[in-house]
Amino acid sequence: MSSPVEQFQIQKIITLPEIGGVDVSFTNSALFMVIAVCAATAFLFLGIRNAKLVPGRWQSMVELMYTFVADMLRDNVGKEGFRYFPFIFTLFVFVSFGNLLGMLPYSFTYTSHIAVTGTLALVVFIGVTIIGFSRHGLHFLRMFFPHGAPIATAPILIPIELISYFSRPFSLAVRLFANMTVGHIMLKVLAGFIVAMGVVFGVVPLAAVIGITILEFGIAFLQAYVFTILSCIYLNDAINMH
Amino acid sequence: MDETKKSPTLDDIETRLNAARSHKDARPGGSPREGRANAKGMGVAVRIGVELVCAVGVGVGIGYVLDRWLGTTPWLMALFLLLGGAAGVMNVYRVVKGLDDTIGLGQAIRRKEELENSSRQSEK
Repeated sequence: MSSPVEQFQIQKIITLPEIGGVDVSFTNSALFMVIAVCAATAFLFLGIRNAKLVPGRWQSMVELMYTFVADMLRDNVGKEGFRYFPFIFTLFVFVSFGNLLGMLPYSFTYTSHIAVTGTLALVVFIGVTIIGFSRHGLHFLRMFFPHGAPIATAPILIPIELISYFSRPFSLAVRLFANMTVGHIMLKVLAGFIVAMGVVFGVVPLAAVIGITILEFGIAFLQAYVFTILSCIYLNDAINMH
Repeated sequence: MDETKKSPTLDDIETRLNAARSHKDARPGGSPREGRANAKGMGVAVRIGVELVCAVGVGVGIGYVLDRWLGTTPWLMALFLLLGGAAGVMNVYRVVKGLDDTIGLGQAIRRKEELENSSRQSEK
């Protein structure tokens, strides 16, 4: 039987020559990213193609998605944050489509690779840091020292706060990657039990697999939500500094 | 469905939408259903683990890079391991206390106190 982590293997679909020592071959991961982008674009464009004042089911879904992200941004960042709405919305759509596409049989979950989630988190982290510095200048650095603490504690407090700040993109990336990877491994292992335990006793792991599949759909959505809302919260820090 | 309901006017829809929305808001926020609370607890538990490990990892990483740069192996790595541990514990404290949404612990505590004061004043 195949190993439970085989599903995360990167396979080259179209082998391309190296550019500057970097292998740029088109992989199954890239393929599913393209599929996700196409599916999301189709979903959004076809949903609002015949936009009516009273939305149909499809248009309702698109509008729900929009208001969901818009509310999230308004509650966490405020009016100023709407300049970054396109980015946050794209982030949410890309992550949620990636998670949900991974739930299809024979598909590949690109969010289960830390290279992907790490890149997304780094883009958020670097972007937020640039926004913070461009809006507040060096004043932004004062965040790293609590107001009113004795100045003698600065040599300890500032490195700790800095490490805490730098650990943010890692925790953001690891959380999404770990949730997706663990869920898919768990499904695979339990599905293996069904075969191993035979027709009679296999019913027990089958029930578990059904339950966990439903749970995984929830987690797929929840993790996209968590990733987006944390990006909003970080953005809020950079924009509304007190 | 009878004939009058088939094409409701826009005003009708508006009032019904508003009624539905206010109904939604009237529900007690985040009704603590058992499964939901469990899922939330799991989420917090996973986060605590991730935060702790990440901060230590980042600390060691910074120490390692500084060591290679300054040639002080292994002292800065040891120092930053301890600092990373402290940052990890601080991160966990902030997650548990709900102070994780602002850079800097002092900043976070101050903002939370401001929020609590304003909500207390609005209650009065």
